[in-house]
Amino acid sequence: MKRLLWIPAVLLVIVLAGGWWLSRQPRQLPAQAEDPVIAAKLKDPEVIAQGRYLATVGDCVSCHTLRGGQSFAGGRMLPTPFGSIPAPNITPDAETGIGDWSFQDFWRALHDGMGRNGEPLYPAFSYTSFTKVDRDDAIAIFAYLRSLRPTHQPNAAPTLRFPYNLRSTLTAWRAVYFKAGTYRPDASQSASWNRGAYLVQGLGHCNECHAARGAWGGLEASATLSGGRIPEQGWYAPDLSTQANGGLTGWSRQDIIAVLKTGQASKGVAVGPMADVVAGSTQYLREDDLQAIADYLLSLPARAAQAPTRANFNAQSLISRGNVVYGERCEKCHGKNGAGIAGVYPPLDGNASVVEPTGINATRVVLLGGFSPLTAGNARPYSMPPYAQQLSDGDVAAVVTYIRQAWSNHAAAVQERDVAAYRHTPID
Amino acid sequence: MPFALLLGGALAHADQASVPDTLQQRIAACTSCHGLHGEGSSGSGFSPRLAGKPAGYLALQLQNFQRGLRQYAPMEYIARSLTPDYMHEIAEYFAAQQVPYERRPVPALAPSMLQRGEQLVTSGDPARQIPPCQACHGKQLTGTEPSVPGLAGLPYDYISAQLGSWRAGTRASAAPDCMAQIAGRLAPADITAVSAWLAGRQVPADTHPQPAGSITPPLRCGVLQAHGDGA
Repeated sequence: MKRLLWIPAVLLVIVLAGGWWLSRQPRQLPAQAEDPVIAAKLKDPEVIAQGRYLATVGDCVSCHTLRGGQSFAGGRMLPTPFGSIPAPNITPDAETGIGDWSFQDFWRALHDGMGRNGEPLYPAFSYTSFTKVDRDDAIAIFAYLRSLRPTHQPNAAPTLRFPYNLRSTLTAWRAVYFKAGTYRPDASQSASWNRGAYLVQGLGHCNECHAARGAWGGLEASATLSGGRIPEQGWYAPDLSTQANGGLTGWSRQDIIAVLKTGQASKGVAVGPMADVVAGSTQYLREDDLQAIADYLLSLPARAAQAPTRANFNAQSLISRGNVVYGERCEKCHGKNGAGIAGVYPPLDGNASVVEPTGINATRVVLLGGFSPLTAGNARPYSMPPYAQQLSDGDVAAVVTYIRQAWSNHAAAVQERDVAAYRHTPID
Repeated sequence: MPFALLLGGALAHADQASVPDTLQQRIAACTSCHGLHGEGSSGSGFSPRLAGKPAGYLALQLQNFQRGLRQYAPMEYIARSLTPDYMHEIAEYFAAQQVPYERRPVPALAPSMLQRGEQLVTSGDPARQIPPCQACHGKQLTGTEPSVPGLAGLPYDYISAQLGSWRAGTRASAAPDCMAQIAGRLAPADITAVSAWLAGRQVPADTHPQPAGSITPPLRCGVLQAHGDGA
């Protein structure tokens, strides 16, 4: 407790410093005339088509669309530990969207994380990644957004708690966690690897979920794609290393491409938010881009070995109970040996979603069941029953602990109270 | 064929053959609660019968769960990634099922309450602008093609929970949402009365929905894309 006492003092300094800093900023930027070279590009059908593809790679629509609402018209509230932030309308409506924006305004948002009126943007907009998107790609995305049908839909206000509701706190946050920059190719790697790194680190913004966040919601610089809890959504985005002790140990190039393209691979299926990413974004990626992403992910380094977690309080009785539940509910599809049935039911032995450090994913999949992602490559997927209504918290904890420690799996036990917490996590 | 590329693993093809390539096998997520033929859960009655309901109605409900108009976490999660084509295929499957109705417990109510229930179903309450259920859900309460569900044979728990959801805003349909208006005009005791009377009624021999175009909706209903006179 004692070590938390410094936080209010630091926050106060940040707020005061931020307020001073902001008072020096111009409050309203005048609308700028578009640069004629850029203006021509914005009307070029080829540039617009390229922008459409890139907007799909970035999955812009998933945040910038209210559930059931008009695409890109904003309104979805993005939950963060500090409160909720609405994704704005990015259709070309002059009043409520980006109809009045010049490309320079768009670039400042994407590359610098600064709003049109000079205000720092909340990093729920992943400019920490998007800053690596190059200028031509940004022009194409802007051209595509400008080609959409304008939708008049005013933006909601954020519902952030004090002191996070003061934009000035962002100035300090940015000083610690954000550095504008561009993607710098690694000359020792192939063109395909560099393309993959550019997509994963930049527009794909994979690291925004697949890395741990600190107490202030920033990404630790050392934690590239090493896995992390997704705040407020109640899912765990696994480590993406395919090498020793990685979250995807043993995954082949073909597995990576298959899961991004169809939602399922011989090693497992995309679940939770990743199922949405596959359905809305990665299934549409060109073959060369999928190969490039695989090139890059396959090169992620081996991870340090974790301490064994088998020796655990009363895990043995939990496992025996889980073994019974498994036999009754799971074995018919996933097999006694946890190998699943290729192309139909995923294996549980060695499955990244089963053995990820927290047990959240397996717990939620047992509770929620559901379909594998629907993709062109798997348009009528098989599905799993939701067990929330059929199994008690104790039974879910038992069966999840069992599958996390059966076969070659060695992940930590899950307790009844963890299941109780995730039973009521909202799904959107 | 992406699948073909995935099959090189340790698994024998014999295993694959043991998984039926049928829609029924694919939709275990649906049938585990609603029954293999959509007969509804035999327990609480909160997982309703789907068998024989109009396909348009069932597909629309999946869409409403996906859009967040209807709120129930397991259904929202299951529906979230379904494409319109798959929703329709699943809806057609359950619409085509013909299985007997199961009788479920109905609370014992005073005769005056049941009378009130019957009145609401058959003649409504004009003073409070509540139209009779029969006006849209059919003379025999077996629904109307393509998108009005039958009420005959539904459990008490399910009907009362749905009317309550409509009042609370956790169930909604395309605007103008006539059922939300009607549920808002019902008193809590009316919900008990109408649910109990409906659930206690004998299911008619022919449970097919009435043909499309056989009703004139008394309210404007987005889901019917028709214009009634009143509001």
